[in-house]
Amino acid sequence: MKKLLTLFLVVLLAKQGFAQIDPDLLRAPDRDSARIKLNMDAVYDRPFLQVAKLPVALGGYAEANYQYLGADGLTEGHQFQMRRFTLFVSSGIAKRIKFLSELEFEDGTKEINIEFASIDFEFNPLLNLRGGIVMNPIGAFNQNHDGPKWEFVDRPISATQMLPATWSNVGFGIFGKKYLKNWVYAYEAYLTNGFDETIIANSENRTFLPASKANRDRFEESFNGAPLLTGKVALRNTKIGELGLSYMGGIYNKFQDDGLVLDEKRRLNVFAIDFNTVLPKLNTFINVEWAWVNVDVPATYTEQFGSNQQGGFIDIVQPLIKRPLFGFERAVLNAAVRLEYVDWNKGKFSSTSGNISDHIYSVVPALSFRPTPQTVIRLNYRYNWQTDLLGNPAAKLAGFQFGVSTYF
Amino acid sequence: MKNKLMILLIITCLIGIGTSCEKTIPDAPADDEILDGPIEGLTPEQNRIFLNGDVAFNGDVFSSANGLGPMFVANSCGSCHAGDGKGHPFTTLTRFGQSDTLGNKFLLLGGPQLQNRAIPGFQPEKIPAGATFSNFTPPANTGLGFFEAISDASIMALADANDADGDGISGRPNWINITQYSQIRPGTIIRNGKYIGRFGKKASVYDLLQQTANAYSQDMGVNSTYEHYSTYDNQEIDPEISNQKVLDVVFYLKTLKAPIQRDQNNADVIAGKQVFLNISCGKCHTPQLQTGPSNIAALANKSFAPYTDFLLHDMGPALDDKYTEGTAMTPEWRTPALWGLGLSKNSQGGGYHLLHDGRAKTIDQAILTHGGEAEQSKNKFQQLPSNEKAKLIKFLESL
Repeated sequence: MKKLLTLFLVVLLAKQGFAQIDPDLLRAPDRDSARIKLNMDAVYDRPFLQVAKLPVALGGYAEANYQYLGADGLTEGHQFQMRRFTLFVSSGIAKRIKFLSELEFEDGTKEINIEFASIDFEFNPLLNLRGGIVMNPIGAFNQNHDGPKWEFVDRPISATQMLPATWSNVGFGIFGKKYLKNWVYAYEAYLTNGFDETIIANSENRTFLPASKANRDRFEESFNGAPLLTGKVALRNTKIGELGLSYMGGIYNKFQDDGLVLDEKRRLNVFAIDFNTVLPKLNTFINVEWAWVNVDVPATYTEQFGSNQQGGFIDIVQPLIKRPLFGFERAVLNAAVRLEYVDWNKGKFSSTSGNISDHIYSVVPALSFRPTPQTVIRLNYRYNWQTDLLGNPAAKLAGFQFGVSTYF
Repeated sequence: MKNKLMILLIITCLIGIGTSCEKTIPDAPADDEILDGPIEGLTPEQNRIFLNGDVAFNGDVFSSANGLGPMFVANSCGSCHAGDGKGHPFTTLTRFGQSDTLGNKFLLLGGPQLQNRAIPGFQPEKIPAGATFSNFTPPANTGLGFFEAISDASIMALADANDADGDGISGRPNWINITQYSQIRPGTIIRNGKYIGRFGKKASVYDLLQQTANAYSQDMGVNSTYEHYSTYDNQEIDPEISNQKVLDVVFYLKTLKAPIQRDQNNADVIAGKQVFLNISCGKCHTPQLQTGPSNIAALANKSFAPYTDFLLHDMGPALDDKYTEGTAMTPEWRTPALWGLGLSKNSQGGGYHLLHDGRAKTIDQAILTHGGEAEQSKNKFQQLPSNEKAKLIKFLESL
């Protein structure tokens, strides 16, 4: 009984102690002091809070939304979704050694992923070593994907349904930056575990890079022993904007096992270009990403799985009102639009020489209200035209989406 | 003041969106513009089974992980039958090995169907030397329950094997052997131990269970307890799909609605139908039939308009691939149903791929390829004035 009482008192006191933490003790840890931010900095360019002298800083973001979508007259009705709840933990282990991790819960607890968990060593601004679970720097969205940063409820189709955002793997790499007046030049290069054969054997019935995300073993072992190379170069000018060129490639199939040859080595190659800028005077933010995917699909397999894919998106965000609103000092109301296109199967049927379709167009006009820069309330109207492999009349999907997202 | 106005605007917007949700989604296509959907009159429990079958038919995709192949033609039902309509040449299948009524001599060499694709690391099948073959474009699967529910007696009533009426048309059933798992229909007519086939281009399949189990096995390399010999090495293997799933798909196929004719009151369509009858197309493409009893009430004793007589007809040398099935001769084909013809373009990628192998790219071409028992009708078609031809085509496109 005494023990129980003691335990109760300890818990009660501990609770009181936490409740009385002075907010002044919560402080944002030092962030990357780079003068100009790049997409590659997104992983650390997040709000963190540190309690007193605790060696770790905490952060995260949440995304919840409502949608009413329908396709060709059929609808699933009103849907409420807890899309993401993400926790960040970072730690400055020593001067120029830091650790950051990102743990994400998607759709409640349907998917739980460690999206990032890396130790960075800075030897020189031009030479940093990173090891752990890294986000492969293909395109810009994969590295810069936090919900509160975007005016749209859904992530770009090309980024999640063609490129496999968020795509992270265990590996090592180097990165660095060089500043010259108004310019910054940067590079990243990683060797990680990679894809597997599910990219051409999946329930999506198309070449689908995100299928490999389901392979949890990739954090323990490589599917085929061949590393995936991902590299990116980026440059930014304070007046012009940021341009990124990236590549990801490697062998995806199990070509041998136990010393026995199972198949020839089959590669996949992904190229991406991304660009973002803010137009002077108008303050219009423009963000573009486009990618090309090439996969060595066996000629004797089905044409359902394409060898070539391409797609991308452009976001245009126009601030309409920038002034205190409803008591929020830095409130902004934006109008935005996203245009998207993905072709999952670029090619021609061998039987008819006709074009293979399997593509989607999408337009998403949006309104977003940011009471603070780290929080967004957004209202989207989505309209998709999706054509099947054969090029039959497009299926139309449309409807409203409403969501909130914030860092915390 | 500005804030109050904005709050008012936001509330008005939210109420507007909330009350008009359904108007913001794209309209459903008209029922007569699509082929999928159930027949009218299913019970709620039948609707559930229909939906299960729909998911299996249109949603299940097979890969090496869940039974595909190793050799196959397609990896899902929907790959061949987009929107439940006619298929595209990219999933055309090839049958080989039988050139007379005595059976297929190439069964031990991979017959009767070619699996022209293979999962990575395997090689697809090739047609053995000396085997004749025919290419089959996937048919539409709508209204198949009506096909199943018509009685053998009704089919026999249309037959005229010896052309007793002297019209040059001599339809006859394809008398076939059935599988061990086929469920014999009440009123089935048996002749010399053989049964009337009604499904397939050559009418070589007895029922939808055989058609479905066979498609899983021969088209996708997915074995069931019904068809349990691998197409890869002819060995008996464990089932890769449950009986329940096969039966759900059979039920789905049975209860898919019949295509609905469009523009039925259009004067040209009405005139076109008259031309169709005048040049004797309707002698094989029988406009109206009646189902018999069925354990699915919505299919029992119903009138339907398939434009087929389920009989074999000699279609002449142009359509003789020197390959056959059952007791059909090589130039004989089961009259294909014409219902849904006008919607074929919507499932074949925007263009027609007609006749058994998709060779005809227009309805006109398909008619002109007819021969044999259809020679007279073809000649009459050729002699039609262009406006009557146009009305005939318009009628066919309304189906």
